[in-house]
Amino acid sequence: MSESALSRVNLFDSRADHASVAVESPLAYSWQRSGAPAPSAASRVVLREQTFLGHLILRGGAIVLDEALREVLDIGLPGRPNTLSWDVSGERSIQWLSPDEWLLIVPGGEAFAVERRLRERLADASFAIVDVSGGQTLLTLEGEAVPELLMKSVVYDVDPSHFPVGKGVNTVFAKATVIVRRSGETRWELVVRRSFADYCYRWLLDAGEEYAIGVER
Amino acid sequence: MFQIYCPYCEELREEEEFHPKGQAHIVRPANPEACSDEEWGDYLFFRDNPRGIHHELWVHAVGCRKFFNVTRHTVSYAILETYKIGEQPSVTAEPAVSESTTSTDDVRQGVRA
Amino acid sequence: MNQQVQRLAQGGRIDRSRPLDFTFNGQTYQGYHGDTLASALLANGVDIVNRSFKYSRPRGIVAAGAEEPNAVVQLGASEAAQVPNVRATQQALYAGLVARSTNGWPSVQKDLMGVVGKVGGKFMPPGFYYKTFMAPASMWMTYEKYIRKSAGLGRSPAEADPDIYDHRNGHCEVLVIGAGPSGLAAALAAARSGVRVILADEQEAMGGSLLDSRETLDGKPADQWVADVLEELSGLANVTLLPRTTANGYHDHNFVTLHERRTEHLADCAPRTAEGARQSRARLHRVRAGQVILATGAHERPLVYAGNDVPGNLLAGAVSTYIRRYGVVPGNKLVLSVSNDHAYRAALDWHDAGREVVAIVDAREAPDGDLVGEARERGIRVITGSAVIEAKGANRVSAARVARIDIDGFRVAGPVETLACDCVASSGGYSPVIHLASHTGARPTWNDGILGFVPTLVDGVHAAGGAHGIYALGEVLADGVAVGSQAAAATGGEAAEVALPASQAIAESPACALYQVPHEKPTLRAPKQFVDLQNDVTAAAIELATREGFESIEHVKRYTAMGFGTDQGKLGNINGMAIAARCLKRTIPEVGTTVFRPNYTPVTFGAIVGRHCGELFDPERYTALHQWHVENGAEFEDVGQWKRPWYYPRKQGGKLETMHEAVARECRAVREGVGILDASTLGKIDIQGPDAREFLARIYTNKWEKLAVGKCRYGLMCKDDGMVTDDGVTSCLADNHFVMTTTTGGAAAILEWLELWHQTEWPELDVTFTSVTDHWATMTVTGPKSRALLAELTDDIDLDRESFKFMDWREGTVAGVPARVFRISFTGELTFEINVQAHYAMHVWKALFEHGKKYQLTPYGTETMHVLRAEKGFIIVGQDTDGSVTPEDLGMQWCVGYDKPFSWIGKRALTRSDTARSDRKQLVGLRPKDPKVVLEEGAQIVFDPNHAIPMPMVGHVTSSYYSPTLDSGFALAVVKGGQQRMGESVYLPMADGSVHEAEITSTIFIDPKGERQHV
Repeated sequence: MSESALSRVNLFDSRADHASVAVESPLAYSWQRSGAPAPSAASRVVLREQTFLGHLILRGGAIVLDEALREVLDIGLPGRPNTLSWDVSGERSIQWLSPDEWLLIVPGGEAFAVERRLRERLADASFAIVDVSGGQTLLTLEGEAVPELLMKSVVYDVDPSHFPVGKGVNTVFAKATVIVRRSGETRWELVVRRSFADYCYRWLLDAGEEYAIGVER
Repeated sequence: MFQIYCPYCEELREEEEFHPKGQAHIVRPANPEACSDEEWGDYLFFRDNPRGIHHELWVHAVGCRKFFNVTRHTVSYAILETYKIGEQPSVTAEPAVSESTTSTDDVRQGVRA
Repeated sequence: MNQQVQRLAQGGRIDRSRPLDFTFNGQTYQGYHGDTLASALLANGVDIVNRSFKYSRPRGIVAAGAEEPNAVVQLGASEAAQVPNVRATQQALYAGLVARSTNGWPSVQKDLMGVVGKVGGKFMPPGFYYKTFMAPASMWMTYEKYIRKSAGLGRSPAEADPDIYDHRNGHCEVLVIGAGPSGLAAALAAARSGVRVILADEQEAMGGSLLDSRETLDGKPADQWVADVLEELSGLANVTLLPRTTANGYHDHNFVTLHERRTEHLADCAPRTAEGARQSRARLHRVRAGQVILATGAHERPLVYAGNDVPGNLLAGAVSTYIRRYGVVPGNKLVLSVSNDHAYRAALDWHDAGREVVAIVDAREAPDGDLVGEARERGIRVITGSAVIEAKGANRVSAARVARIDIDGFRVAGPVETLACDCVASSGGYSPVIHLASHTGARPTWNDGILGFVPTLVDGVHAAGGAHGIYALGEVLADGVAVGSQAAAATGGEAAEVALPASQAIAESPACALYQVPHEKPTLRAPKQFVDLQNDVTAAAIELATREGFESIEHVKRYTAMGFGTDQGKLGNINGMAIAARCLKRTIPEVGTTVFRPNYTPVTFGAIVGRHCGELFDPERYTALHQWHVENGAEFEDVGQWKRPWYYPRKQGGKLETMHEAVARECRAVREGVGILDASTLGKIDIQGPDAREFLARIYTNKWEKLAVGKCRYGLMCKDDGMVTDDGVTSCLADNHFVMTTTTGGAAAILEWLELWHQTEWPELDVTFTSVTDHWATMTVTGPKSRALLAELTDDIDLDRESFKFMDWREGTVAGVPARVFRISFTGELTFEINVQAHYAMHVWKALFEHGKKYQLTPYGTETMHVLRAEKGFIIVGQDTDGSVTPEDLGMQWCVGYDKPFSWIGKRALTRSDTARSDRKQLVGLRPKDPKVVLEEGAQIVFDPNHAIPMPMVGHVTSSYYSPTLDSGFALAVVKGGQQRMGESVYLPMADGSVHEAEITSTIFIDPKGERQHV
């Protein structure tokens, strides 16, 4: 049964895993163009790109997806809107995007296998999985001035007292859109679309100047 | 700049995250071919433009991407409720005005001209 | 050399150990740290700060705050740092400050236009400009140039601004606007309840009236209480204090814009931080507040009397502020004209400063409040039942003419006494600052008890203290605490105790209603009595306006310009309405108010723009190959927010190719060899679900039920009105899995369009849509040699024409990277569209070029793409269509499934009488008779060039290019009934009088049978 279910979609591993293939993250051009100021003792924000992670969009009913996800990755689906949860290792996260849509982020190279296992587990249920790994990137922002920096950039209320760890929202960032997530006391994440990544990066460098923003590469 | 409660995200969000999509509860005729040109024209082009309560379709474009309905007062711009697709509005008439208070309607008369 | 002749030896909140040099109109002066530009000018005895807008009369400083109408200056030492419309009363003094008067040509002291003003004054009634300078209309531009020059409303810098600005999105439960006594009390109450509080105040220091108060709190000077409260507030994590921040606009749902001047008190341009970072000069806070407390206080109203604009006429409260806060006495001999007790403070402060109070002239018959008693005890002469009816003097007040007045009869009721003096201060009462409340659209209501308008408040907005007419300090503080607690409770705050400081009860006798003071002569013949000093509107002008039939206050405002511009009626509005009411024999509430609009005080464009300027003005979207395009000299075209390569000019013989040359070369390469296009910007939507096929059949005009796995199909999308809205190729990846492409510009809108129909009309269909535009990079390899090139880079895709047909797709690897390859064509040539995950795009692209050398693989841009597709008659939605074009108008009946079972989007509309007409504008090809002509896109088409004007226009050119293959210009156009007019001539009259002739042809100019793409 699962074989026939699998055949009704095109399961395609778009990852090229050989040393001979050069790979470029969405910020590759930005490093060239805008550089990356080194973090200093004065840096109140430090930015880092978490490159080449697996990004999967899951669509479907919460109950079936939750069961499958627990089985495959041992993470429960966050039920509440605008929240996310991590597996024990902290390397895999699942975020609520809408009542029938979640963003699963896994270490690079896992996406295809995870998709296949989820599809096998979900079989004939009503669901969809889409690999968007090439289309977005994850930036981490760490430091005590991150909320200040974000207040200059996003319309959503990012006051730490109102944006607990484990919250994540899709919102307006400058004139683009990003997903903002808080993954620790002073650690935040932005999920940025590839084509907007350079704009967002330049915006962050500019808005972060007063906090001596540094970039770890 | 509105602040709109998204019934799916279950919180107030800024207007910049939404797109307005016109009057709510416009249902596509089930059998378009059975419509006269006039009926089809009404469905396509004719919309209410009330002074007061208005039911509107919005989409949380930069959020959960879900469409939902808004009951908005077109004079005060107050948003009286938001509700999901498939649900019916609970506010369909002007709230009764007690004698001691001035209605927002009178207070703001003509101001947006 | 201390020129500060009016500075007191002690007192004030200035630091005499920190002198600051500054320049005003080319003269250098000295002031102190803590001064405003206005207080420093007054300290230096500068009387004239400007020339008036219309009559060019000399003007001095009147007020001490945002309501100042005259001391509006141009700031900036360098050209780049110029800032117009700065109120000297709000500008902190800093070392090296350079300011100029905005009005006065050639100078404020010696003013050419002054002659016009004096001579022409009588002849410049309201509406003067409309009446005089409008005829002949052609001369208005000339008149305006000189009027503008002499009126000088400030000017913008001619050089780029060196400063940066930014925005900050603020969220709080309680926003308190104004940090006077009520604002501080409200903020304290709200802050102690634990909710997030933002307290914004427009002044250099928070405290408002308490900074120059004669009163004590808990037995200590009032400003000590201010310091204590601010210390507590600044220590609370839930409180944000924003000094030098003006709330300029109140918008829907408690959204308030605050303009914070961050460095304008320090220097001309923003200094760098200690770490060397740039900091923003001004910041626009976009605050969404749960509750808003307007603690904006009240503005004192001046009395309207003759000569009230001569320098040396001030507001009574401003006199107190300058003496007590800045240690400056703005004159030597004071005459004070009042209608209320509170203003007596000015005389007491003046007396404390050791200067002469000539007299207090009180309009009331028997004032007996505490302050009146104190003035009398000091031996100050109090003249009751009287008012200053005229101030004498040219460049400075020299005397006040005082007389008994009959307020109700509006006449002078006794002999006139002339008192020598150099300063006349007046107070006609207080107007709550209701501007922000008015921005909500709520009309204020008149309160007879306080002789002023109080705000009408919508949900979530509160007023505290003077802003709604509560003036006694003890009551103001109690009101602040009550309102602050109430607002906090409404947003979930805990109840908190706030002990009120002990204040004195000061007995006050009731104020009387006095606005315009009568003169011996009737208003129209009396010396000018100014109502709005900034816009030079007089009492006579308002009277004249009402006589000319303007009865609505909104019309009076527009006819006289009262309350216009940056002033927004802060000082003059109530007086103006009172005068209009008198003339119209109505009450003030009957006359009503005009509407105050944002912004309360001017906001610099910098603050409005924030960081959205220069390279960050708008997002630039890049494909994964952008760097290659840049390095290879591409010129870019904006397509939506995308930067797409437009063409790649090469150096030919030391010269860079023109666009025409580059495009001709790129076109030839594709038609004869192989070219490559970065098509990654096309919208791509992944569609999954058992009902995906059914959904496609409903949303597209053509059929999808039989599209087999491995096949692609072109689809056309209409709105339900039958008009084409997008197009693209959709491929069947698996039975329940499709990938749709959309136009580059339509990607986001089409995804929303699909969701709209799925969510609102067909939720029963099991299908999902996900944007994969950014995930895939798309490289279009096209031309007769494309197969040979691709063959070198793949060994697992069978490229044979029989097994990999036109409109097939295959998966495999290209240059070692997993790829989906689509045989679809937008050029009419043999084409392979290679899609790979974007991270590998550069690798594949470079590999193609490495192997492409021997085929002269040529990168081409959007311009060449346009020529090639137009030669084949392929439309571009949005260029060849404009929302009024049906599939049939395009001649694309082949792409319409009339017999599909579901009445797909757009179908019903195609049989409406209008869409079924045979003479609709239809897409055709055009060949200019002269092959050298490239028709202008947008050019109008006529059938008969000899027809009398206006000629019936029958269509227009939608796309037009030079074709290197045809060696001729050619075009696509819409022409009425065009599909039935093949071979006929049409004409295109041009703006220069020439007329082009062109022949209507098929839209397909090359390879009409479409053989080349099938090879």
